[in-house]
Amino acid sequence: MNCADLRLLLHAYSDGELDLVRSLDVEQHLQTCATCAAQNRSLLSLRTALRSAPLAHATPPSLRQKVRSLNRAPAESPPPETPRPSRAPRLWQWLAFGATAAAVLMLTLRPVGPSPGDSLADELVSGHVRSLMVGHLTDVQSSDQHTVKPWFNGKLDFAPTVRDFAAQGFPLVGGRLDYLNGRAVSALVYRRNQHFINVFVWPADRTGVGQPIAENRRGYNLVSRDVEGFHYWLVSDLNPTELSQLADLLGEPGPAP
Amino acid sequence: MGPSVSAPESPAGFEQVVLPHLDAAYNLARWLAGNDHDAEDIAQEACARAWQFRGGYRGGDSRAWLLAIVRNTACTWLKKNRSRIMVPLDDQEVADVEEAMASPPDFHNADVAALRAAVEELPLDFREALVLRELEGLSYKEIADVAEVPLGTVMSRLARARRQLQIIFQRKGDVNP
Repeated sequence: MNCADLRLLLHAYSDGELDLVRSLDVEQHLQTCATCAAQNRSLLSLRTALRSAPLAHATPPSLRQKVRSLNRAPAESPPPETPRPSRAPRLWQWLAFGATAAAVLMLTLRPVGPSPGDSLADELVSGHVRSLMVGHLTDVQSSDQHTVKPWFNGKLDFAPTVRDFAAQGFPLVGGRLDYLNGRAVSALVYRRNQHFINVFVWPADRTGVGQPIAENRRGYNLVSRDVEGFHYWLVSDLNPTELSQLADLLGEPGPAP
Repeated sequence: MGPSVSAPESPAGFEQVVLPHLDAAYNLARWLAGNDHDAEDIAQEACARAWQFRGGYRGGDSRAWLLAIVRNTACTWLKKNRSRIMVPLDDQEVADVEEAMASPPDFHNADVAALRAAVEELPLDFREALVLRELEGLSYKEIADVAEVPLGTVMSRLARARRQLQIIFQRKGDVNP
């Protein structure tokens, strides 16, 4: 990530609107770039100043009184139709990034196309891409498996195994909930150098795939494993060989979590 | 009239959906209009419209719904009364935001009056995004809904608003004396 990319993302970062993965990218950059770190400090001090200064205008009592009396007057035949002033949120507005959103966002967006046939693989890739997009919720951010695993308790009807593979070069970054294949699933995020890996986990059932699968879809690599009654799907832009290494690690029987 | 399920038909509904957000409504109107008198007119008209068109409320965040009405009322009002300030802005120019700033100002000891004046100086669209974000605490998605623009535009407007404040304060040398 270069400085120009970061300048715009820095705002989303300081507004808490960046997803886990990108927040980590930004944090990593801030540790090494004094110019961007100074910009970040300036933005934070601006935020503090704007929020602590009494900038909000107080409602005049006369207005409060007038508005209170509005609903006491007989309502003059409200039209049943939705008029223009109501803003039904439009899906395209949420999803569409303006031309302004800079190349970073375009890059992030590009892999999301209209979803063709094979739904699970596409859903997986979309889930991965979504997790890299602005606005995705950061759920739990920790490299400690003992923090990530309990976080899922009560949020899912199963308890995923969570292990850190930092020693093998795949540090655990965090976890979040996702929705795939018609059900809530856990997504564990690992990192391999600069690549992020989403590991989607859910209990094996009739939607099972049975045997290991590796494929490439829209430029992302997917690897699946069935381990001890769970489906594991790994999605990343990481090369298939290293992705399979992580899949193998996940498949190894580990110490009881 | 056939009341829809989520519409605030009853006075109680009005008190839940409109009145709790009156402060936010007035604050936004005041920042957009720039003076007390116009702001009061705009906020009152917006609340009356909200009440009149309450059938259009489909549940969800009633504050964002009311603020969208305030925003539209203010735009209509400003266009009618002060056409010159409704200059369309070019959101394409993000280059200035991406440029490094030699020594970005520290706002810790910023003078409140100067800060207020600087925010008032911002172009309308930027000011709106900044007020909704910093004073009302809306998320990007809520701001996008209120202002009817894509998320990316919200981000770039906030970035440019802040950039402009940084430039103003760097020029003034008002901070960090």
